[in-house]
Amino acid sequence: MDLFEFQAKELFAEYGVPVQRGKVARTAGEAREIAAEFAAEGHPLVVVKAQVKTGGRGKAGGVKLAQGPDEAYDKASQILGMDIKGHTVYTVLIAEAVDIAAEYYLSFLLDRANRTFLAICTVQGGMEIEEVAHSSPEAVARIPVSAIAGVDSAKAAEIIAAGRIPAEAAAGAALLAERLWTMFVDEDATLVEVNPMALTDDGQVLAVDGKVTLDDNASFRQQHARFDDISNTDPIEARAREKHLNYVKLEGEVGIIGNGAGLVMSTLDVVAYAGQEFGGIKPANFLDIGGGASAEVMANGLEIVLSDPSVRSVFVNVFGGITSCDAVANGIVSAIGMLEARGDHVDRPIVVRLDGNNAAEGRQILQDAAIGVVEQVATMDGAARRSAELAGTASKGA
Amino acid sequence: MAIFLTGQSRVMIQGITGSEGRRHGARMLAAGTKIVGGTNPRKAGQRIDLNGADVPVFGTVADTMAATGADVSVIFVPAERTKDAVIEAIEAQIPLCIVITEGIPVHDTAEFWARASAVGNRTRIIGPNCPGVASPGKSNAGIIPADITTEGRIGLVSKSGTLTYQMMYELRDIGFSTAVGIGGDPVIGTTHIDCLQAFQEDPETDVIVMIGEIGGDAEERAGAFIEQYVTKPVVGYVAGFTAPEGKTMGHAGAIISGSSGTAQAKKEALEKAGVRVGKTPSETAGLVRTLF
Repeated sequence: MDLFEFQAKELFAEYGVPVQRGKVARTAGEAREIAAEFAAEGHPLVVVKAQVKTGGRGKAGGVKLAQGPDEAYDKASQILGMDIKGHTVYTVLIAEAVDIAAEYYLSFLLDRANRTFLAICTVQGGMEIEEVAHSSPEAVARIPVSAIAGVDSAKAAEIIAAGRIPAEAAAGAALLAERLWTMFVDEDATLVEVNPMALTDDGQVLAVDGKVTLDDNASFRQQHARFDDISNTDPIEARAREKHLNYVKLEGEVGIIGNGAGLVMSTLDVVAYAGQEFGGIKPANFLDIGGGASAEVMANGLEIVLSDPSVRSVFVNVFGGITSCDAVANGIVSAIGMLEARGDHVDRPIVVRLDGNNAAEGRQILQDAAIGVVEQVATMDGAARRSAELAGTASKGA
Repeated sequence: MAIFLTGQSRVMIQGITGSEGRRHGARMLAAGTKIVGGTNPRKAGQRIDLNGADVPVFGTVADTMAATGADVSVIFVPAERTKDAVIEAIEAQIPLCIVITEGIPVHDTAEFWARASAVGNRTRIIGPNCPGVASPGKSNAGIIPADITTEGRIGLVSKSGTLTYQMMYELRDIGFSTAVGIGGDPVIGTTHIDCLQAFQEDPETDVIVMIGEIGGDAEERAGAFIEQYVTKPVVGYVAGFTAPEGKTMGHAGAIISGSSGTAQAKKEALEKAGVRVGKTPSETAGLVRTLF
């Protein structure tokens, strides 16, 4: 899960990583109140920052300085509702402006290739960091960090020195690095990035902006649900999550249900290839119902997929491995029965491909059930083509 | 001979008394695997019935190895306890540890990998979040169905479970020496490259099939390895061409971030190394078929 800047900074503050004061506003009116509060405390100059989970906010006009409550109101009005790379701005962070003398960069992340962690640090931080990493990689220090040894004060000093952070900022930066590492481990993060890590005119080292990615697999020992973002989540994805389904909404017409992440990803590809022939028909979603494929999970899956109005046909692609195909076929039959009994009429064609263990028995069960909307195709490629064709016909008719 | 797992392998199960451990223990036995024992610290000294076979339960991996000569451990314990289970297997120096459990925090995986490395990688780790290893006709360690294929001369390495099964099934008449499911997590023990090297050296493997998916750069590195060291024909498949950036597709490791990790980049890297890459699983199976 990626966090918004204001959430990242809440975590920073909990771990003693210095940040400037800030509060979140959902409306321009709230932005004015927050700015008034800061002004009353002697800090009339604030930064109004769009809260979106994408980079390049500054360049898109999503970060603006404001002098006093009225200007904060105006700038927040301009930024709220903006679209930044497909992300709508629903909230802004109002932060006390600081006088920045220099901008550095620091992050900890997972290094997949080397199966360890990595610290990245450079004196050349700020908005052009990717450009710096590309054009002068030697200026960007990459220091491996052991999962066992971690980052103590000596290691933090080593990282900061390797990034060529100047003497006047070194002590503050090293302390920030040590605390950031504690947060990285204790919160089960896979990325914590501070950019810019700023040196202020009065000699402080602060995290002026931050990016944090948390590991969803650690939810059993973390309270990360509090960071869930309802405003920006697709409503079908949100309902799928409530039903513990592994669902991702895409832009297309063929609903996909399959077992196993790799097979479902492959199904999306095969449907997209087949769809080229029918006017660019595409998969409407990713849905992995896992190995078991019980009737209830199948019913929930079908319900979620069919609740997407852009779905014109459904492709159920199951390979019977441990679970045999007769069990899966019974699951499909009772799933459709459950949906009809609930009053959810199944009105779109469902193409089913069963293969693997007991495939013949499974196909027989579906044939005997004689459900009008269910059509069987023997191969994955053939079934993908048929579901794309059905979706193409339905699109034309609609 | 097969790779990693042979007919002589003596397999134990960590978490043998749990529902998954019992169920798959019985399946593995039925497939001809030599299941010699398992662990549950609270049930040491008891015995467990796996579909008619009477199997001893020990308190620790070390005790199981001492009493039974176990040289492979398959882990079915819940994610919360997996890190400790793997570290126990590493400390007992078991040669092969297969981690089936899914949903393990990556900090835990990074830590047990660091511990294995610190003692010179005496324990080969496969997984986590993987279906295991199957050497058809010899032994089956994990959750790969034993009856969907036959013994033969194809070696298969894959990040994905069901795609592995699909490929084994489509090529069941030709058959497989060994299929290794390495798992789809961001950090895994045994990599595509480790398996490619083992298959290259295995006299019972003639053709290698490699299945990859979006995320990371393991396929690109495998391509570079193939170019330099692999003389046997390799056929590849990559899943996830239509996956959008920034969305995790089921496997924790299957995510495209920025410009890296795309299926197209992986396909190109493999083709550059002389690997024939299929567009669909069926087309990939067809490419393998032309080599026999």
